[in-house]
Amino acid sequence: MIAAFGQVPGLAASHILLAAAALVLALAISLPLGVFAARRPVLRQAALGFASLVQTVPGLALLALFYPVLVGLSALVGGGIPALGFLPSLLALTLYALLPILRNVITGLGGIDPAVIEAADGIGMTPAQRLRLVEAPLAAPVAMAGIRTAAVWTIGAATLSTTVGYPSLGNLIFAGLQTETTALVLAGCVASAALALAVDGLLALVERGVATGRRWLMAGPALLLLAVVGGAAAYTWWPAKPAIVIGAKNFSEQYILARLIGDRLQQAGFDVRYREGLGSALALRALEGGDVDVYVDYAGTIWTNAMQRTDTPAAPAMAAGIDGWLQARPGRARVIGPLGFENAYALAMKPRAGVASIADLARVAPGLRLAADLEFLDRPEWRTIRDAYGLRFADQRAYSPTFMYRALSGGQADVISAFSSDGRIAADGLVVLADPKRAVPSYDALLLVGGARAGDARVRAALQPLVGRVPVAAMRQANYMVDRDADKATPEVAARWLAGQLGRTGAQKPAIR
Amino acid sequence: MDVTTTTAIAFEGVTKRYGDATVVDAVTLDIAEGSFVALVGTSGSGKSTLLKMVNRLVEPDAGAVRVAGAAVAGGDAPALRRSIGYVFQNVGLFPHLSVADNIAIRARLGEGVPDVGALLTQVGLEPDVAGRSPRALSGGQQQRVGIARALAGDAKILLMDEPFGALDPVTRERIGQTVRDLHVARGLTTIMVTHDMGEALLLADRVLVMVAGRIVADATPAEMLRAEDGPAAALVAVPRGQAARMQALADGGAA
Repeated sequence: MIAAFGQVPGLAASHILLAAAALVLALAISLPLGVFAARRPVLRQAALGFASLVQTVPGLALLALFYPVLVGLSALVGGGIPALGFLPSLLALTLYALLPILRNVITGLGGIDPAVIEAADGIGMTPAQRLRLVEAPLAAPVAMAGIRTAAVWTIGAATLSTTVGYPSLGNLIFAGLQTETTALVLAGCVASAALALAVDGLLALVERGVATGRRWLMAGPALLLLAVVGGAAAYTWWPAKPAIVIGAKNFSEQYILARLIGDRLQQAGFDVRYREGLGSALALRALEGGDVDVYVDYAGTIWTNAMQRTDTPAAPAMAAGIDGWLQARPGRARVIGPLGFENAYALAMKPRAGVASIADLARVAPGLRLAADLEFLDRPEWRTIRDAYGLRFADQRAYSPTFMYRALSGGQADVISAFSSDGRIAADGLVVLADPKRAVPSYDALLLVGGARAGDARVRAALQPLVGRVPVAAMRQANYMVDRDADKATPEVAARWLAGQLGRTGAQKPAIR
Repeated sequence: MDVTTTTAIAFEGVTKRYGDATVVDAVTLDIAEGSFVALVGTSGSGKSTLLKMVNRLVEPDAGAVRVAGAAVAGGDAPALRRSIGYVFQNVGLFPHLSVADNIAIRARLGEGVPDVGALLTQVGLEPDVAGRSPRALSGGQQQRVGIARALAGDAKILLMDEPFGALDPVTRERIGQTVRDLHVARGLTTIMVTHDMGEALLLADRVLVMVAGRIVADATPAEMLRAEDGPAAALVAVPRGQAARMQALADGGAA
């Protein structure tokens, strides 16, 4: 837990940098646009309409939408535009911040007494003088209120940038949600709320300074904000030696494995950073794009989703095939080797006489109820299993993972979708049904390294001892330590425990060269 | 009219249309230097539009306006406006600036720094209002500040658009006199738009009556008062009739 809180300064620093950059960019766009649109009804309608439309898109969706846009844009200009991390976060947050600033600038300018404008013209002010001497000071209090709103929104929404691989205080929230660690969620929420309130308070002082013409009240808080952003920048960019970035998708096992890898690299003298909570599809992109140096993915996921293969060869052939495929791509990523356990999408149930495989299950399924996790029923694996074995259930429903297990233990369901390395399988005394027809491919956990580090002998030396030495029983136990309802462990603690179990029972598998 | 005086402002066939409506219809007119001209008419007669074409707050669709012989069109409009005093009904003091900063606003436009104290005295205000906010002043005081601001650059032309329209009769009378005194003391050429014929007759030395975008009467106040009929006579009849009725009341009361 303490290790998790140790990340707060670094996460807060990058959170502040992102929010500040988005706010500055939004100001740079919406201030001139607001001034220009204030006296042009058609443009005003169009600008406000667009900004309002953006607000109706949920923040997570807006961030996710930038991914294909940037990928397409990058392809158009011949590459080089990062589709993950800072850029999409910046663009989405900037769009979000436009509306309150734009609306208040237009409202502020529109609220000025027309007589004052006529006087400014009649006295002989040029449009620029009128803006500087009359319109800007009179509209400033209303505009500042909009800037405050934008700042609070931006700082809050910046937590979502975790999902596209940019480190923010959202890392704590998403990690906490996945591992059901309320303290982490709270820490992330409190930190980001405190940041938003502090910035709002400082901007409120600036607003009062603007309204009352007291320069020190404007300059003091503004300088303090600048100093904080400067400090965040220094904190983020200070370490001279480049860190190795370890990626993790958004579930417990990934958080644990990231720490396991990170601890080993740190022991080898590397500076380590984590990019956690990545979407399943984003993780491989991040590796190939150089945003992540090392992470663990599953053979079947890459095989079916990224490589679009439908055949199901044996695990070693698959790993070799993936390695060759990755190496031939522009990212030049490599497979270091399989960790030694599999995390397959599988079906699990309470022990039942005569049912050991999915083929056995198919015979009794019409009298049974299936509880699946939220995405299982839409995944190709389910269709493949269903069609291969002719599965027909009496009832099938989707649950969030925690409630899926409760449905099974509470008797509302008989069969669940499960990840084969999930610790709750063993803890609940469930059996994972075999797949004799090999309908789904192998989901061996593969240790992947990005092109920039693939040839680094020290990295390989530090990670090679993990290859083939993480037994599925130990992985299940580590996952269970984090996932169980009572006496939860953090991913750090579970990773340390797992490190002590390495190679105890697992079969040694050859590394891929 | 004294034909030997210099022409300060000349309108040469100026026309202004808003859509189908012709607001100012081919007006040709010379304003002599040093004259105090009242432009009288009902609402919508085009008098304000005609006035604002002098400092280009309104641009004519046809014709030309000359100030001191030079056509105002084509030059720099803000520079032109800085050389002409402009006062209007809603005053338009800058609410975020003090009275002194309002009067001295020209200094921030790259012009000279005016003597705020002297200007305040000239418009009949105590110098101690200089540091106050315009919001703290009465309507009459605000308009006096507006006049001081308009004259801060030593303009030789003063344009006034219904300057006293929002003021009570006592205040109007007093400020009218102040303006008249300033006009004489500074040798101004003044054009005042008003719908009040009584005010026009008492302050101006030339009265123009405008109806539907045209000048329909052009005479001195004395000539206006002597006119038996015509468009001006109806307008003059209002203050004259009021005065007569008041006199009758006073006479009746004394009897």
